[in-house]
Amino acid sequence: MRAMKFRAWLALVAGILPATLAAIVLFLALYSWPAMHFNGLGFVVRDTWNLGNLYADPIMRHGMQVQPGATYGILFLIVGTLASTLIALAIALPMGIGAAIFLAEAVPAQLRLWISFLVELLMAIPSVVFGLWGYVVVIPFLGHHFYPLLARTLGKAIPFLGAPSGSGYGLLTAGIVLSLMIVPIIAATLRDALVSQPASLREAALGLGATRFEALWKVMLPGTRKTLIGATFLALGRALGETMAVLMVSGNALNYLPHRIYDPVSTMAAFIVSQLDSALQDPTGLAVRSLAEIAFVLAIISIIVNALARLLLLVWNNSQRSVMV
Amino acid sequence: MPMSTLTAHRKSPHQIRLTRRLASLGGWGLSGLCLAALSVLMVWILAVVFVRGVGALKLSVLTTITQGTGGGLLNAIEGTLVLSVGALLLAVPFGVAAGIYSAEYRFSRWAVTIRFLADVLVGVPSIVVGYFGYVGMVEWLGWSFSVAAGSIALAIISLPYICRTTELALRQVSNDLRDAAYSLGADDRRVILGVCLPAALPSILTGILLALAVSVGETAPLLYTAGWSNYLWDGHLTHSPIGYLTYAIWNFINEPFAAANALAYAAALLVTGFVLIINITARFVLDRRARRR
Repeated sequence: MRAMKFRAWLALVAGILPATLAAIVLFLALYSWPAMHFNGLGFVVRDTWNLGNLYADPIMRHGMQVQPGATYGILFLIVGTLASTLIALAIALPMGIGAAIFLAEAVPAQLRLWISFLVELLMAIPSVVFGLWGYVVVIPFLGHHFYPLLARTLGKAIPFLGAPSGSGYGLLTAGIVLSLMIVPIIAATLRDALVSQPASLREAALGLGATRFEALWKVMLPGTRKTLIGATFLALGRALGETMAVLMVSGNALNYLPHRIYDPVSTMAAFIVSQLDSALQDPTGLAVRSLAEIAFVLAIISIIVNALARLLLLVWNNSQRSVMV
Repeated sequence: MPMSTLTAHRKSPHQIRLTRRLASLGGWGLSGLCLAALSVLMVWILAVVFVRGVGALKLSVLTTITQGTGGGLLNAIEGTLVLSVGALLLAVPFGVAAGIYSAEYRFSRWAVTIRFLADVLVGVPSIVVGYFGYVGMVEWLGWSFSVAAGSIALAIISLPYICRTTELALRQVSNDLRDAAYSLGADDRRVILGVCLPAALPSILTGILLALAVSVGETAPLLYTAGWSNYLWDGHLTHSPIGYLTYAIWNFINEPFAAANALAYAAALLVTGFVLIINITARFVLDRRARRR
């Protein structure tokens, strides 16, 4: 009897965690409801975010008080978010796989602990410190040296990479900084999966005459495919929602779709930070509610991506260790 | 002639071995390069933060408050401590309880749900939590920028970390220990609180420390919940904004004044140094001690 009571209490207190998640989603949905009603589905396909004429008196539209000329569309944010995330993944995936391979197979066991720690430490570095590094070091370097070079060489053949190469703030910089933040997720998860592969797999491959690298590349690595997909989803979720670092290096474009890889962009997460101050100028409150709608959309996307990632990792390899990101 | 054209396409065993060996060598080289690049970038970031930070960190930065875009960071240091400790006080009881439940009743449906949702909550972007804090606490509850709103937002961020690390810590406790306790007639409460929890305590504390490191490094959840203040905390939980170090990094690096930039570097050094110390302690001291038990 007493034991049941203890368990019930524990279950109740533990329930604060699911309740918090539900509260976030529900509250953002309720708060942004008027904005959803006003913006409709066009919210995600329009590429203009305009608070309207803030000096005029509010008018009635769709049974709601709005500033004349107000339209809210986030297509440019969706494009910016997806593009920067894709670039980040395109860099982080090969790099993470390479690092994991070398860590798991080539680094001596004594040294492995230290280098693994160094790589995982990247996960612990605060996002705003990445932003600082990007702002003071990466942007001048890329903007003055690497991007002009890239535009002069590859840019000749591919218009998307062509000149002008911009100031250094922009899509590619955001992608590069983001990739560094998500590489450790992929590297750490994949390294664990490689280390826990049965040794007999490698021995069988070596016995058939494969070189050590062939055994790894053709036998061990395919065995970790599912873990890799799960880790990629985790990394995707992290990149989609990353705020501070992107805010500091992306150039924070407004109502602008990137034509070149160097163009300034903004992402959904960064936009919420950069626009709240001006949204507060809207006396009808619709702008603040539209920002809440962005937060709601972002929450739903990240919940779906993360739930998928965890389900894949859970169902497929039942691993005990979960990488905290 | 047909015979020779056929054999011409075939490589001798020796050649095959050579190309395959070269390919393997190239594979090792490329993957080694990836790891080297990653390590170099990591060291580069740390070097930038430490070199510029040490140059900017004067005693007056630690002892005076911010004045305009200059002065010191005492207010921000105090604020970061207040907010992070507040977040821990809120998150630890609930997080540990959730962790205990999902470890000790791990096959129950509720435990599976909590475990899964904790993983999902970890992945919710911190700005979403921050904006939730803004519309929910700052606006709707009318707390305005405040310690309470900031701490609760940070607590939401650290809750799933604490839950998951507690759960993993309890899973390391041998089942023999539980069986022995149950066979002596102890009930769930005695077994969990009296036997398992003490055994897992070092690992749980490690997890709480790591959650503290995450809180100290967060920016986005605080921007629109804690606000910013140039002054020391006045002790009010609501209706009074408070400063914190990560805001100083973000805001002061964008100012065109050298004094402001110096404050940003100093703040970055303090935050990164703190996060590093906690991570190194957790990995090389507490973790090892926990394993020895």
